[in-house]
Amino acid sequence: MSESPPILALDHVSMAFGAVRALQDVSIDLRGGEIHALAGENGAGKSTLVKILAGVHRPDEGQVLLDGRPQDFRGPGDAQQAGVAVIYQEPTLFPDLSVAENIFMGRQPRTGLGRIDRRALRAATAALFERLGVSLDPDRPARGLSIADQQIVEIAKALSRDARVLVMDEPTAALSGNEVARLFTVARTLREQDCALLFISHRLEEIFDLCQRVTTLRDGRLIATEELEGLTPDDLVQRMVGRELDTLYPKQETTVGEAVLKVERLTREGVFTDVSFEVRAGEIVALAGLVGAGRSEVARAVFGVDRYDAGSVTVGGRRLPGASPTAAMSAGIALVPEDRRQQGLVMDGSIERNIGLTTLRSLRRGPVVSRRAERDRAADWAIRLQLKYARLSDAVGVLSGGNQQKVVLAKWLSTEPTVLIVDEPTRGIDVGTKAEVHRLLSELAADGLAVLMISSDLPEVLGMADRVLVMHEGRLVAEIPRAEATEETVMAAATGRTRQEAA
Amino acid sequence: MATITTTEPGTETGGGGRRLVDTVLRARELSILAALIVLVVVTTAANSSFLSQQGVKDIFLNASILALLAVGQTMVVITRNIDLSVGSVVGLVAFASGKFVLGHDRNIVLVLILGMAIGAVCGLVNGVLVSFFRVPALVVTLGTLYVIQGLDYYWAHGQQINAADVPNSLLELGSGSVLGIPYLPLITVVVMVAVGYYLRSYPSGREFYAIGSNPDAARLAGLSIRRRILTAYACSGILAGLAGVLWLARFGTVVADAAHGWELRVVAAVVVGGVAIVGGLGTVYGAALGALLLTTIGSVLVVLKVNSFWQDAISGLLLLLAISVDRLLSLRVTRALRRRNVRHGA
Repeated sequence: MSESPPILALDHVSMAFGAVRALQDVSIDLRGGEIHALAGENGAGKSTLVKILAGVHRPDEGQVLLDGRPQDFRGPGDAQQAGVAVIYQEPTLFPDLSVAENIFMGRQPRTGLGRIDRRALRAATAALFERLGVSLDPDRPARGLSIADQQIVEIAKALSRDARVLVMDEPTAALSGNEVARLFTVARTLREQDCALLFISHRLEEIFDLCQRVTTLRDGRLIATEELEGLTPDDLVQRMVGRELDTLYPKQETTVGEAVLKVERLTREGVFTDVSFEVRAGEIVALAGLVGAGRSEVARAVFGVDRYDAGSVTVGGRRLPGASPTAAMSAGIALVPEDRRQQGLVMDGSIERNIGLTTLRSLRRGPVVSRRAERDRAADWAIRLQLKYARLSDAVGVLSGGNQQKVVLAKWLSTEPTVLIVDEPTRGIDVGTKAEVHRLLSELAADGLAVLMISSDLPEVLGMADRVLVMHEGRLVAEIPRAEATEETVMAAATGRTRQEAA
Repeated sequence: MATITTTEPGTETGGGGRRLVDTVLRARELSILAALIVLVVVTTAANSSFLSQQGVKDIFLNASILALLAVGQTMVVITRNIDLSVGSVVGLVAFASGKFVLGHDRNIVLVLILGMAIGAVCGLVNGVLVSFFRVPALVVTLGTLYVIQGLDYYWAHGQQINAADVPNSLLELGSGSVLGIPYLPLITVVVMVAVGYYLRSYPSGREFYAIGSNPDAARLAGLSIRRRILTAYACSGILAGLAGVLWLARFGTVVADAAHGWELRVVAAVVVGGVAIVGGLGTVYGAALGALLLTTIGSVLVVLKVNSFWQDAISGLLLLLAISVDRLLSLRVTRALRRRNVRHGA
């Protein structure tokens, strides 16, 4: 390995969001002519690190070094000026503008008079797509692009910057095998041109295929930076997880009962099509797939937040009317939404108020809600879920992510549901609380609750689910029993690779 | 092995999807134009005097000021903001420039510069509050609407500017014409074309659309969001100032509450003209056509001897119609675009 000096480096960087310490004393150096891997589980702090490199966040402590000199990025613009290009995990496009404009926004080719040179813009975009081996129309608006195509546009955007440092945060998550191969060819070319690359992927074989060194993060801390040569995938997993998987995914054996939730041929035009499945009592069914595959949308339709165009939802033998959360609740469905800050909680409200929200009717004494009953119920649940708090009258916003999630769970469990739908139940939660949430879900299933769990966290899916349903581009493409569910089978179905093989 | 459900992607033709999208994007201006033509034809059939030279001239004169404001408002709305203070600015500037010319024979250019300068200051105040202090635009401009109105009332103190006191050179701007085309619409068209060309063809112009389309992405792209929003408000203010001077030139007589309530007419014109209220979409041409349509409806009601109270109700209905059509179209367009994907992926 060449020991070229680092182009971009982080020096003992720490960063916290409220009570959550996202990064603690992390250092990393990105050298020219090297592809550096960043490994770690969901919530290990990878995306925070990326955002510091990109100038989105400024670290609370520590420094960003460019060519060995401290650099103060005041915003993404500064980082771009310094030659840092980032492919973000979640595409950030302008839906109303054309694909070509999306790629070159802020840096459009110009004519002598300073006007946009549309012909050059189109040609440059076409050339980028040629390089990536995709056929996208540069003139179409970005609205309605599939997740894979959005990702392609993001990649093209980053490449077009001719940057010295290219940061790729899970660029391959939505891509097909062919497209991944193209991206890797481009990445290797950049490496030969002495660019520094940082590569993040949850597919270990990609890391071993592409990268030279790897830095591993766990719970916001630096575990190791080492050469990949001589390392095995098991070594890497050991560093990422750092504990026995069994304790993190305490799956209890349960006896599976009758089908409680039956979804038949559910369709919402342009969002998801012909989705049929059932969840039985005592069973945890995971709904896996890539971001944007339509999983949350199915959950929202089942719960009646969104309407659907065709199909039916049956709970305990009774067919639910569409688009009525009230009916879904009284039939015994509870939905713990994906975004707890926006959809799960009233952030300024107290813990007891939040827990009481779903059961206001039963908390009435006469016409008014009894504060005492509300408080008693909240105290009950706080003990059952081992909630860590100072006072029940504290605003939910001051709790850590994990404890906030427990409040959402308490709020819904207090409705005594027969079907619990949880959407990304452990996103952004520290590992300790994560294990608690998993144990809770396991116990609930053992008690006969039917659980539908949407998760992008593959180890969580594999560790917790009795069955895995996989969605791809709005369709249910696979149903995999626990024994056969592996990273490979689930990801193959989620990226639509199985469909291509079958075709 | 896993159970795989093999599904064939939809077989809609991508060409159809594309044509629909292209048509819809251009259709907005065309459909307003069509509505205008139908309106004019029907009204003329009912009352032939409607299309008299004077009648047409009046409509264009009346629409000019509204269209000018709509052009400025479009710049603001495209960035996902709103400027409710324009009506008050017009009133203030009309009164201020009236005071300025009172009894003197001021140079018109000087009056115009003064008016636009006052407008610029008002616009900058809005812009700074919205972009630097991150106060929601609706609240900021509602606040400045009342503050500016209050200033105007306090200053006017019940007085009014009379046409007799306004120098002829200025009144000539409001009623005169060159080669048979009145000055007012001419000014509006020049401004509209200039702004439209800038927004369409210059990198910084496209950034207005980008910011309104997805503010987070705009931040990540390193765009100078604050500067663009500040510019949008400054332009809206300057055009409101210009409109204020033209108001004085056109009507001569100005009371303190001139252009009272116009902010909502302007927003209505912009939305009817196809500018998305959530930003990112729309053109100044559409907005100006929207202004022309609303003004024409006003004249039609007069010609048809419909009680003028109906005018507001009809404007409101048109607004609701425009928004419903937008919503419907955007759903259809998104769907059409998705179909194109399916084909692309196959």
